[in-house]
Amino acid sequence: MLWDPQLLLNAIVAGLLLGGFYAVVTVGVSISFGMLDIVNIAHPAFIMLGSYVAYLLNGALGLDPILASLVVLPAFFLLGALVYQVYYVAFERRGQESLRGLAFFFGLLFISEVGLILAFGVDYRFVEAPYIGPSLHLGFLDFPLRMLIPCAVSLALLVSLHLYLSHTFLGRAIAAVSQDPLALRLMAANPTRVKRIAFALSIATASIAGALLIVIQPVEPSMGRDYIGRVFAICVLGGMGSFPGTLLAAILLGIVESITSTFYGPSWSPAVAFGFLLLTLAFRPVGILGR
Amino acid sequence: MRAHTFLFAALAVAAITFEGLRFLENEYLFFAGYVVLQYVVLATAWNILGGYTGYVNFGTAAFFALGAYTSVALGKLVSLPIPALILAGGVISGVVGLGMGYLTLRLRGVFFAIATLALAVVVQTLITNWDFVGGSRGAYTVRPAVVPLLGSYVQYLFLIMLGLAVIALAIAHAIEGSRLGYGFATIRDDEAAAEVSGVPTLRLKLVATTVSGALMGMAGAPLPYYVTYLDPASGFNLAYAVNSIAMPLIGGMTSWIGPLIGALLLGSVQQVATVSNWFGNHPEINLLIVGALLMLFVIAAPNGIVGLLGIEKRRSARG
Repeated sequence: MLWDPQLLLNAIVAGLLLGGFYAVVTVGVSISFGMLDIVNIAHPAFIMLGSYVAYLLNGALGLDPILASLVVLPAFFLLGALVYQVYYVAFERRGQESLRGLAFFFGLLFISEVGLILAFGVDYRFVEAPYIGPSLHLGFLDFPLRMLIPCAVSLALLVSLHLYLSHTFLGRAIAAVSQDPLALRLMAANPTRVKRIAFALSIATASIAGALLIVIQPVEPSMGRDYIGRVFAICVLGGMGSFPGTLLAAILLGIVESITSTFYGPSWSPAVAFGFLLLTLAFRPVGILGR
Repeated sequence: MRAHTFLFAALAVAAITFEGLRFLENEYLFFAGYVVLQYVVLATAWNILGGYTGYVNFGTAAFFALGAYTSVALGKLVSLPIPALILAGGVISGVVGLGMGYLTLRLRGVFFAIATLALAVVVQTLITNWDFVGGSRGAYTVRPAVVPLLGSYVQYLFLIMLGLAVIALAIAHAIEGSRLGYGFATIRDDEAAAEVSGVPTLRLKLVATTVSGALMGMAGAPLPYYVTYLDPASGFNLAYAVNSIAMPLIGGMTSWIGPLIGALLLGSVQQVATVSNWFGNHPEINLLIVGALLMLFVIAAPNGIVGLLGIEKRRSARG
């Protein structure tokens, strides 16, 4: 195999941009799984939902997909709060969250995928926006705008979430809730309410992630499944709740996947995330930045 | 019930079922019955890990398809009878189960569940890229038109799956009453306490993953001969994963009878729905209902039908 340096550099750049996007896909799971200990395997399904909502608004009103995702953000927030409420009443309060909670989210993942198939069929859907198509060129390096803009939006979201969680009372309460709910109660904050807001926030990020996904590539309902391995590989490798860790792990996975698909073909890229996940679990379950 | 009494009883029920269906002289019943029995095996296999130890496996489709593709690969090299293929499929899937378990079971249980979700994607990637077994185009399997003694090949496949179902149920029943079963129950109820009391939890979990994976592979091994054309999309169908979880959860997870009830009920209803074309152009509605039932039961009836009927025996280690 000849590793053409120009091709390799382009693959790395594409991987960086892809990794930036993977960070926004994962950030919701970093909150729900990493901070709240809620194993939301249905998160990619919410992302697909976000993609189709952006598709609908873009097709019907000609709205920019990313703007559309911001418009429906409150709806996703409410949806998240609702899902958490069901989860809390049915499982967390009874102490049955492990097996039955997982089955619950699996059912949710499954139902929303089949629901999307029934509603939209299995054809690929795409959106129209001025930045889908053109590229910036820097020497021999390509920066396609449909990758660059999602990456930038993703970084902006990650930074603002990080600032929010580390500088506001509610944000700190979210970070504290999984560590010591009793101590949180002594600070006059209700752990269930804090968790509900945090989970709703994690689902709200799926709206934006979904819009960015459909900007990057056309989507079809079963695509969400490919992201389960990626999202959890990144979350675990990044050290669960840590945002800088998530970003680092996402970029690492993006680069490795991009190199794999450039040199060995894109049909192999789903296997990369799984390899990452298994290696992390086997050798470094605390993540790259963990102690 | 003692283990061999159970086995005799199960064999008697199986024999009566088979002769009864032969008496009706309807080939279609064998064709549909095969699928229902396949789900009995898958649900029972899932429950040995999921119900007895409390570890969730989302990768049923991967283990099942590994068994099926082992048959395809071996069938291209040598001509083997189906029971030999079943054994081979069982070994491959059992080894994969053991390996997965070894890498992930030392951590919290949820990591195992996530890894099995990803396993389905990666095994499908490997099979799709492997041209020897047909890759994404799929593979054809030629089957003999008739078999000695029985005559019809579908009846032969049905009989094999019936035998597998009896074996799976006998294993599940035997585990329940044994030291192994009590060990599994301690893991399900309180793993830390079990560990402290000297239960070799990792070893027990690995036994459960291996047995469960092997049975799933065995259920998949005859598939190429049943469908005669197998491609990754059908071998890795989501229906296997969702049904094998939904059936034990809906039937009840604490004893062998739960998955059996769940599989017979859901399996038969799905077959009837497919044949009578209840949902017209949208067969996916079938699966949507299974998913909705799954969620309904985990929320409202955590002990399944067995729990609702009150025929559940307390088998947990806490007593």
